[in-house]
Amino acid sequence: MKKSIYIVLGGLLTLGFVGCEPEFDTPVTDEGFYSSGDADLSNYVAVGNSLTAGFADGALYITGQENSYPNIMAQQFALAGGSETFTQPLMADNLGGLLLNGTQVGQNRFVLAADPMTGEPLGPVILEGTPTTEVTTSATGPFNNMGVPGAKSFHLVAPGYGNPGGILSGAANPFYARFATSGTSTVLGDAASLSPSFFSLWIGNNDILSYATAGGAGVDQTGNLDPSTYGFNDITDPNVFAAVYSEQVAALNASASGGVLVNIPDVTSIPFFTTVPSQSIPLDAATAAAVNAQFALYNTQVLPGLVGVGVISAEEAAARQINFSAGVNFPIMVDDDLTDISMILQGPPFNLPASIAGLLGQLRQATNDDLVVLTASSELGSLADPNDPNSVVGVAVPLGDEFVLTTVEQERVATATAAYNGTIRALAAANGLGFVDARAALAQVADGGVSYDGGLLTSEFVTGGAFSLDGVHPTPRGYAYTANLIIDKINQTYNATIPNVNIGNYGTITLANNVSN
Amino acid sequence: MKKLLLFSVVALATAVTYAGGYRVSLQGNKSLAMGHTGVAIVNSSESVFFNPAGLVYLENKLSITGGAFGVFSDVAYQNAATGASAMTDSPVGTPFYLYGSYQATDWLAFGIGVYSPFGSTVEYEDDWAGSHLVNNIDLAAIFVQPTVSIKLSEYFSIGGGPIYVNGSVNFNRNLNRTLTDLDGNRSEVTVDATGVTKWGWTAGAMFRPTESLTIGAHYRSEIILDAEDGDADFENIPNSPLTPFADTTFNASLPLPAEMTVGLSYEFCDKWLFAFDFNRAFWDVYESLDIDFADENIPDSFNPRNYKNASTYRFGLQYDATKMFTLRAGYYFDESPVTEGFFSPETPRNDSNGYTAGLTVNISDHLQIDASFLYLHFNEVDASYDGYTENGQSVPFRGTYKSSAFAPGLGVTYKM
Repeated sequence: MKKSIYIVLGGLLTLGFVGCEPEFDTPVTDEGFYSSGDADLSNYVAVGNSLTAGFADGALYITGQENSYPNIMAQQFALAGGSETFTQPLMADNLGGLLLNGTQVGQNRFVLAADPMTGEPLGPVILEGTPTTEVTTSATGPFNNMGVPGAKSFHLVAPGYGNPGGILSGAANPFYARFATSGTSTVLGDAASLSPSFFSLWIGNNDILSYATAGGAGVDQTGNLDPSTYGFNDITDPNVFAAVYSEQVAALNASASGGVLVNIPDVTSIPFFTTVPSQSIPLDAATAAAVNAQFALYNTQVLPGLVGVGVISAEEAAARQINFSAGVNFPIMVDDDLTDISMILQGPPFNLPASIAGLLGQLRQATNDDLVVLTASSELGSLADPNDPNSVVGVAVPLGDEFVLTTVEQERVATATAAYNGTIRALAAANGLGFVDARAALAQVADGGVSYDGGLLTSEFVTGGAFSLDGVHPTPRGYAYTANLIIDKINQTYNATIPNVNIGNYGTITLANNVSN
Repeated sequence: MKKLLLFSVVALATAVTYAGGYRVSLQGNKSLAMGHTGVAIVNSSESVFFNPAGLVYLENKLSITGGAFGVFSDVAYQNAATGASAMTDSPVGTPFYLYGSYQATDWLAFGIGVYSPFGSTVEYEDDWAGSHLVNNIDLAAIFVQPTVSIKLSEYFSIGGGPIYVNGSVNFNRNLNRTLTDLDGNRSEVTVDATGVTKWGWTAGAMFRPTESLTIGAHYRSEIILDAEDGDADFENIPNSPLTPFADTTFNASLPLPAEMTVGLSYEFCDKWLFAFDFNRAFWDVYESLDIDFADENIPDSFNPRNYKNASTYRFGLQYDATKMFTLRAGYYFDESPVTEGFFSPETPRNDSNGYTAGLTVNISDHLQIDASFLYLHFNEVDASYDGYTENGQSVPFRGTYKSSAFAPGLGVTYKM
């Protein structure tokens, strides 16, 4: 009798184990709940630059890579029949620095430090620690994420861009060297060899961005069709861009069921250019008067004299007037688009010493239309010569050309960006690919913000949530926002129903006081 | 008896129960088999819990009954907007009970009970979509209740006694939706308190106007467990003055709500017994789970719950099939105390229907084996918890939940 009770009870217990799992009528994990529509997501390959790699806080590190927009998208793709695996060339650590034969060639990531006493944020500082990612130690691929930080459009088709021997000369890229299939391979060739069933391409940002972040201290190469002659900070010729971009689209689309092309945002959407105000030099009345006295001769004699002899226009003379007043002033700065008058000033009738003439050579005061870059924040108001209290940068010593993106330079950037974006849109249309207007989306983040369930995503530096501590690259939340944009476009283009992610679940900046001083 | 004791000890060692407004109605195999009715039933020392007034009507001088349940319960979560999904991997709960009653005189009986009417063990996968609300929780409360039962007349009795509660809680959640250390490990806190004790009381009355009709009423008091100086353990906290989290102690209060029951039982056709119980649980005391950290730098945690009073309607049927077997079946409708917008994944409970069955095997005049079985059915429910805030703004945690619970039980009754 007892035995049979135990048997019955044992049976009930077993029933309990199998019968207890609660099940939804229509589980989201069921095949068919989400659809990839006409797109085949079984082998998604992402091609691009630092944005595609998941670069953030001035470095590439594991958790940043895990929050790259392609990786976020791939996880959502998996819900809609996409592959469960999306491989990335993960770094060795979360410090982010890079070693080349044991020597550090890339800096560690930025973190937000705070004053230990007051708890007040101190701003971005470099995380301490010795990086462990060695460029010459190859990462074993193949990798679905072919984002290469620093790559410009033409780099993707440049043989040898992954050859470690070319890194120090600038001919090769340390990030690509980690996972290039050979010393002569191209990023595009490696990506196409994966026969992607679906791809995303977001390239061209650096073709203008390195010029812009360098305050325009480069050359606009529009008209020069040979990118091998370009310097790192130069603007790529739009025809060069169009040629390599169409080659990339053709190569990636050859095997693919579809793909998306992402355009280039405006630099004015990026906190690197919008955080430091151009009007930033506080002076009292006495100091302002003293400084003005220094420039009196320049304003009243030199400039009109140069106009008189036809060296500069009256308009340029007006732009070069230096005038400080009590309150917050625009700094003096070097503008390499001004006429260089340093040689003239050393001759008669001015006969100025070389040092003064050099100072005045391409000098003007910044205006509201200039974009002062983030890295100028530590320059402005500092002493150019620590022992000379009269060497304040922005007052007595001009802010360097590389810290200011002038209106002329902004115009060059905008013109090239518009040309690239025209190419991207046209190629998307011609090939029936999804066109993602990241430019418009980021402009919205910068102008008013985008609301999400925990607040507002803006491009405000440190606090806005969209941009990491380098002021250029997104945070995980910013990348999640990007992933949603692209997913929306895929859904629209390919009749798919891939779900968005909740960007509120993605972090922003990292707090740490583990910093080297 | 020794075996039984051993069983109880094992039961004590494991965690209690299924996901639900943390009241676990599994206080007797005979009762559970009849839809967990019992306020107006006199057939075993399970009355220590269900209605102490009934003890004095028991026929035996000494009656001891004990048992336990295996609770297999899980919760599935999904959000169709994001594709997020989760399934709890909760351990098997083992609520138990042990009751004894002794008939001192014709009009006076004494009883004692040890049982576990509250508890909750829910374990989600760490860092799941709702991890800022809960990763896992283990709540247990053991009640010890000495009881006296007095027959005031042939028709009317009263009973009751003090309740000594020993409770514990262990609760882990992530600090918010995004904070991590440098390696991306989510910042989390575990609060742990054990040996939290408190006194309460219980009282009941029973009216037997005829041979076949019994009417009962019973009240168990509210008991608020005040955890003092529990351990709060913070993990994966960034090294920054901006995140002032460090291990500390905490105070928190968790109410075990009062419960009022009225009901009746009716014997008919000689071998049949019908029972009906109505429970009213006064859950409105559970307004908020507030965790007060001793370290002043750490912001206290306020988690609104806004529970409402909830009713349960229970129906049971018993049939004395043979001298050997007594068969039982029951049904109950259990109303959830959770209010709209406060459906927390820590106690993800919506209304449920309980289906029960069981039997007693009379091995001898002295010994019975009681077995029972509960299947608790929950409908799929779309719900949200709106009590979580970021930057002063409510951030609802939405989704669809589906719970299931399944509890086989086994007990022994010894009479002489």
